[in-house]
Amino acid sequence: MIEKAFFLYFAFAAVAVSIITVTRRNVMHAVLCMLLLFFHLAGLYLLLNAEFLAAVQIIIYAGAIMVLFLFVIMLLNLREDVKKVQYGRLWFVGVIVVCGILLAMAGAYVFMVPGQRSDWTIGRIVAETHTAAIGQVLYTRYMFPFEVVSLILLVAVIGAIVLAKRQLK
Amino acid sequence: MVPLNWYIWLSAILFCTGMFGFITRRNLIIMLLSVEIMFNGVNVSLAAFSHYLQDAAGQVLVFIVIAVAAAEAAIGLALVILLFRHHETIMIDEINEMKG
Repeated sequence: MIEKAFFLYFAFAAVAVSIITVTRRNVMHAVLCMLLLFFHLAGLYLLLNAEFLAAVQIIIYAGAIMVLFLFVIMLLNLREDVKKVQYGRLWFVGVIVVCGILLAMAGAYVFMVPGQRSDWTIGRIVAETHTAAIGQVLYTRYMFPFEVVSLILLVAVIGAIVLAKRQLK
Repeated sequence: MVPLNWYIWLSAILFCTGMFGFITRRNLIIMLLSVEIMFNGVNVSLAAFSHYLQDAAGQVLVFIVIAVAAAEAAIGLALVILLFRHHETIMIDEINEMKG
């Protein structure tokens, strides 16, 4: 019962904060609302017994990515852009597309068949600790995707340097 | 115990909110934020399935998604800064060099 109450709080707060985020005129307000969204999602991960995931959500998303956004916004002078029209001319097309996709997701969920349960029960995760359990799966079965992700991060680092360096000429 | 479909509905609604922002807004930074909201919607459903199917693979996928989101934010924001230096604006429909 108390779990459901917590879920409802986190879920409604997350949806409300994300709607506030995409409708703000001032980008700084949007980023600060986004920060609230990340904290509420970290609470949801705690409800799902994924405490390491909650920590990563706060450290990487709220700590690193959002700070990057804040730095960029402070570097840019957006005083003029705030006064302009914020929505494209075809915004109602966006509403229709989004409603259609939500309907399609609901329809797909009706026909969803849950897969086989695996052997990572709560008891086993508690016995091995959550971080160790994730690490075991990540560094054995998902070793190749892990390497691919390191390559993606390398591309991002090199790309950011190349894009920034072009200005020096 | 919270039912699984509550998490799936939350994930779908978050995804659609992000998509709404991405399609309708003209501000490039808000569009990047909307993409992050979409990533987070997907992450919620991955973590929920991981919990309900008792499989740690879903949480590994969440880490991979977070890493890709970090890379996307770095590249995207570098591009935003470059665009702003050239055009003095980040409203995308004023940036139309390709005349497509």
